[in-house]
Amino acid sequence: MGGAGGGNDIQWCFSQVKGAVDDDVAEDIISTVEFNHSGELLATGDKGGRVVIFQQEQENKIQSHSRGEYNVYSTFQSHEPEFDYLKSLEIEEKINKIRWLPQKNAAQFLLSTNDKTIKLWKISERDKRPEGYNLKEEDGRYRDPTTVTTLRVPVFRPMDLMVEASPRRIFANAHTYHINSISINSDYETYLSADDLRINLWHLEITDRSFNIVDIKPANMEELTEVITAAEFHPNSCNTFVYSSSKGTIRLCDMRASALCDRHSKLFEEPEDPSNRSFFSEIISSISDVKFSHSGRYMMTRDYLSVKIWDLNMENRPVETYQVHEYLRSKLCSLYENDCIFDKFECCWNGSDSVVMTGSYNNFFRMFDRNTKRDITLEASRENNKPRTVLKPRKVCASGKRKKDEISVDSLDFNKKILHTAWHPKENIIAVATTNNLYIFQDKVN
Amino acid sequence: MFARGLKRKSTEDAEDGDGGVAGVPAAPSYTLQRQSLLDMSLVKLQLCHMLVEPNLCRSVLIANTVRQIQEEMTQDGTWRVVAPQAAGRAPLDRLVSTEILCRSGREQEGEGDGPLPDPAPGQAPRRPQSSPWGLDGSREGRGGFQKSLDHIFETLENKTPGSVEELFSDVDSSYYDLDAVLTGMVGGAPSGPGLPAFAPAAAAPPSSTCRSDLGELEHAVEILVET
Repeated sequence: MGGAGGGNDIQWCFSQVKGAVDDDVAEDIISTVEFNHSGELLATGDKGGRVVIFQQEQENKIQSHSRGEYNVYSTFQSHEPEFDYLKSLEIEEKINKIRWLPQKNAAQFLLSTNDKTIKLWKISERDKRPEGYNLKEEDGRYRDPTTVTTLRVPVFRPMDLMVEASPRRIFANAHTYHINSISINSDYETYLSADDLRINLWHLEITDRSFNIVDIKPANMEELTEVITAAEFHPNSCNTFVYSSSKGTIRLCDMRASALCDRHSKLFEEPEDPSNRSFFSEIISSISDVKFSHSGRYMMTRDYLSVKIWDLNMENRPVETYQVHEYLRSKLCSLYENDCIFDKFECCWNGSDSVVMTGSYNNFFRMFDRNTKRDITLEASRENNKPRTVLKPRKVCASGKRKKDEISVDSLDFNKKILHTAWHPKENIIAVATTNNLYIFQDKVN
Repeated sequence: MFARGLKRKSTEDAEDGDGGVAGVPAAPSYTLQRQSLLDMSLVKLQLCHMLVEPNLCRSVLIANTVRQIQEEMTQDGTWRVVAPQAAGRAPLDRLVSTEILCRSGREQEGEGDGPLPDPAPGQAPRRPQSSPWGLDGSREGRGGFQKSLDHIFETLENKTPGSVEELFSDVDSSYYDLDAVLTGMVGGAPSGPGLPAFAPAAAAPPSSTCRSDLGELEHAVEILVET
């Protein structure tokens, strides 16, 4: 069970790092990270349109001092760059999101999306091949039928494991604006895709049609003041989904109420704190990610400076708020100038919903234990990270005298941002993406 | 015309009482900061349109920020047409004020993170205590920056807004990553630490009136609409 003991009672250890050391290739920038439902597979998408899937090797029963390592299982090119001739715009191949389907048979399925097109991929293993054809040689050349004197039945013989990825469905031409979210329904038959202004509902089997369920595009685009930033289906109620906005609101919608869910069932919004008001208030209230808890009772939102936990039964304020990097509040003007204020950080729950995690700058990431109310800051770095090295907690000094081992706000590297993190659904294993490296950490196993 | 070597003085807004010692700018007033923010935002919106695929969320947030500033300025009564004779200098003063905003806060380090006294009843964006993303505080850095800023002023008088890359062609690249700046212009990705200091200065010829700021905003929104 994941998360027992909370984020601070756990000692996090470095396990692995994937990706080149000095590589500054833009195409390698990791843009999404996602465990599958069992946690055995870990998928990453990058700016170059590739998907890389890692598989956890089976635990070595004899030497169980660590959990299985993740090794490359499959790599494939999911999306290619395209050109929209009508608008003279290039469509980026960057993978915005990956979502796994629950496993139903031997094959694995996932949805991957770029700005415009969603694809359903089937990943299957092949470890046997037929041998002994009558009309073909082993190398595939056809035999002269007149040389065939006896017949035999081909048999399957083992071969080296081959993992194949094939696109099974392509869901295209349904989004005018950039897709920011995909979410699979608990019915495992439908899913939603959300762009800046619209949300569409799809059936996994049907690619030529989708239903528009939310449309916030104003009649006159000059009146546009708010966009959709993220959307997710409820983990248990197949008729319920939420979407967040750039104004810091979350709307919960019930698809049974009407075909077009423009009228929300619930509106979650925290009143603004007047003492903190500035010209940047709206920007920092913009929600960059929304995630339901596994239980379905809570949802978590991430805005620029904080993580908030909402009880679905209470709309007027969150039940918990955690400050990620409050020391940045006095730097908002500079962060606006260099565009960092528009960075979209994601957040995630652990398997038992007791700890939440999100990223920050300087390759720091933060965990908040909801039970003990303690938090910890850790760093994803190749320095001092040997396998099973326990990570040292980090601390940022906001002002005044900097203590030893603390880092001052002015020394933070704002180019090193951790936007994407994922938590194994069952165990204390986390995947943290820096710009172009993937770090895997796990708790210390004695 | 902004001659090289002219000492910067805060010449506007007698109410601010900012007529400091020549050559030593006083702490930027709230009005100055707000104007800088407005200029910066308008430039960002225009930069959006140079990108291949503008990020709608970002554009909307910036446009909303501009609207907020405009509303406040309208309430203040400071949203007014600038007198024509001052038109030549006012825009460059605004560029200067942005430079003040960007300048390394070496002299502020001793203050720690204590709040600056807010001169206006509204909440002002706090001047950053220091700008780790901008220049380092070295004397050499400032000299280089001044030279670059002057170059940009000259360029702005002569060139059209489209030639953004040329604005940076001669600037000393030791204080920021030129590649990052150009990439930031063309590719649309947020660039490295050096860009902020120059983004405001890379504006299209600064409008001579505040009203034309509004015109720029509408123009920007029109382009957004067409996207």
